[in-house]
Amino acid sequence: MNELVFFINNVVIAGCVAGSIYAIGAVGVTLIFSIMRFAHFAHGDMMTFGAFMVLLLTTLFPSAGAAIGIPTPLIMLPLAMALTALLAVGIDRAFYKPLRAHGVKPIVMVIASLGVTLMLQGLIRLFAGTGGESLYVDDRKEIFRLALPIEGVRVPVVITEPQLYLFALTLISVVALHLFLSRSRLGKAMRAMSDNPSLAQASGINTNTIVAVTWVIAGGLAAIAGTLLSLDVTFKPDLSFFLLLPIFAAAIVGGVGHPYGAIAGGFVVGFAETLAVFNWGILLRPFRDSLPDWLAQAGNLAFVGTEYKIVVPFFILVAILVWRPTGIFKGKVI
Amino acid sequence: MSTTRTDTVAAPRRFPLREVVIFAALLVAVLGVYAMMGAAYSTRMLVEAACYAILALGLTIQWGYAGQFNAGVMGFVALGGFCAMFFSVPVNDAFWDSDLPGQLGTVLAYIVGAVLVVFGASRLDRIGVPKKLRTAITVVLAVVLYMVVISAFRGVADQIESQAGFIGGLGLPAWVGWIIGGALAGGVGYFIGHICLGLRSDYLAIATIGIAEIIKAFLKNSDWLTRGTATVSPLPWPVPGPAEVGFTLARALYLSVTAVMIAAIFFLLHRAYHAPWGRMIRAIRDNEISSAAMGKDINKRRLEIFVLGCILMGIGGAVLASFNSLFDPQGYLPLNHTFLVLVMVILGGPGNNLGTIFGAVAVYIIWLMSEPLALFLMELAVHFGESTFGWDAPASLDSRALQARVFVIGLLITLVLRFAPKGLLPEKTKHVE
Repeated sequence: MNELVFFINNVVIAGCVAGSIYAIGAVGVTLIFSIMRFAHFAHGDMMTFGAFMVLLLTTLFPSAGAAIGIPTPLIMLPLAMALTALLAVGIDRAFYKPLRAHGVKPIVMVIASLGVTLMLQGLIRLFAGTGGESLYVDDRKEIFRLALPIEGVRVPVVITEPQLYLFALTLISVVALHLFLSRSRLGKAMRAMSDNPSLAQASGINTNTIVAVTWVIAGGLAAIAGTLLSLDVTFKPDLSFFLLLPIFAAAIVGGVGHPYGAIAGGFVVGFAETLAVFNWGILLRPFRDSLPDWLAQAGNLAFVGTEYKIVVPFFILVAILVWRPTGIFKGKVI
Repeated sequence: MSTTRTDTVAAPRRFPLREVVIFAALLVAVLGVYAMMGAAYSTRMLVEAACYAILALGLTIQWGYAGQFNAGVMGFVALGGFCAMFFSVPVNDAFWDSDLPGQLGTVLAYIVGAVLVVFGASRLDRIGVPKKLRTAITVVLAVVLYMVVISAFRGVADQIESQAGFIGGLGLPAWVGWIIGGALAGGVGYFIGHICLGLRSDYLAIATIGIAEIIKAFLKNSDWLTRGTATVSPLPWPVPGPAEVGFTLARALYLSVTAVMIAAIFFLLHRAYHAPWGRMIRAIRDNEISSAAMGKDINKRRLEIFVLGCILMGIGGAVLASFNSLFDPQGYLPLNHTFLVLVMVILGGPGNNLGTIFGAVAVYIIWLMSEPLALFLMELAVHFGESTFGWDAPASLDSRALQARVFVIGLLITLVLRFAPKGLLPEKTKHVE
């Protein structure tokens, strides 16, 4: 049973954490894609920016959270979301809107977003340095060890406080996004524009507002994902480059332009990553005596080493592009 | 009705004023660097700029000729560098004298066998096995065989690392590595292009970013093959090295080799651009649907040009690694080896080879000179801050000043796309009235 608990710790919980973060990121990417029809490469850096804002605010007011009883970074999160949304709208006005007005090809927008990536990265590194920093400035990261009430289980299920917040916030943002897209007027207009931009414009939808709203949502979600990831591990300015591929893989797996698909895709990619780096030999240990010798002796039965983790989202991406380029939920755009 | 067509191919030749002015300015800049930094340093800069020019030519045919955006130049550069290292570094006797080559060969044979078995299983439906069953058999076989092969492989790799360090090179002349580096990069490019080129153009960018990171991760962690972070040096040169003829002369000799290569590539690309093949490529870029209607095989042409560009990147990367005389997988950075090349191409003029070469040299000079400049500006700011606000500067100032260059490269990309989308030397297109 110890092995099973180990499995839960290393695969189920870790997969949920990675999956939630990829899912929130992929929703933003896929929304931008469905409204503006280009792959927004600066999304990872918008996440980093959101986390950096939280870090900045937390360093300024380290004891704000103690008054209420939740960690300071989470109190600062709404503010950071607003700042990141503002940044996203600003970037759009400054860099993407003129290009859109010129009617350039989508791939030129992609290159422009890479330029924005570099600018954001440069700015963040200029102010934050290049090392990692913990978002827990004044608070302490709570770690819960849940001992299972089963005979012979010594290893507890380990879950940390930020992970619980992560799951809760993921759930809240997914439900909120669902309500927004299906109930509110703006959300419906967004869906209309994603289906057919010119028809949406002809029926009186203000496309400029929709674009701005999309950026606000994408920026806010990016700030949530970036902050929660940095809470779980540490804040690092070069976070974004490792996030880019899993997030895009998640968006494409779910079907580009399909928010619910992106959530599913995020969890698919997250779990695939943790399953691939998990050492399956551990699960065989209890059956050591009844297994043939060559299998019992096998040391490391992980599919890929942790250093090759990035291969997993790439492999998923390649597989989905080969067999089902529209994604598992039939995205609209290929 | 008489139809007199103006000869659009032989367009009236005008004096190339813009080109002459721009290249004269570049010459002045190069001479300025020579006067300031000395001959040895400046020649090194020129050789590196020439290597970057080869990379930029590779990107310009992908982006400028065919409108494909490759965001993973770094990966192909690293592959080229690896080949230059692997073929030219002296033979490692500690490895070849032991029984390790035999074991490695056995494992490689296993890999080939496993691939064949899985491929065979994927064809089981040809002999009447239901498709679902075939897929299940293939997946299970692939997973099991992968596990078996990879464990055997890990064992051999660990033994090589502990007994011989790494497998060493082949001790062949440097140019063999350059050619094979190009071929290997082209092969990887074929794999990526085959998957992505029929789909939206964004997918190619995502996939190339991914493959570049994977290649880097592989080279960095395969200590048995590349010594990983321990780096391999020195790499032999194809011309007499600095130890024999002195720094300046040796670098000048190397520069002449790269210059000949660039001239050859430039000439061949020029011919290809004006040949029917080049016209077809540009027609596909400008209007895909109508060229498909004319019966052109769009995906095949796209694949051709993508692979050609990757080959050039591989060669450029190999030449660069040989010149640096060092193979350091960690030294391959997206900023230095992808985005810098991108800036060279879009600033110089995508689709215009002359413009690309100009962009490569000019941007590289600016890039090198910006390092001391950034430090100087940062120190100035700190001095100002200390004297006026009593602000005490963070310690890691040097590394932070260099981050400013990341910002500048990004700003340059967005500004050029917005205000000069065709670059300083635009591609010359002839219009028929």
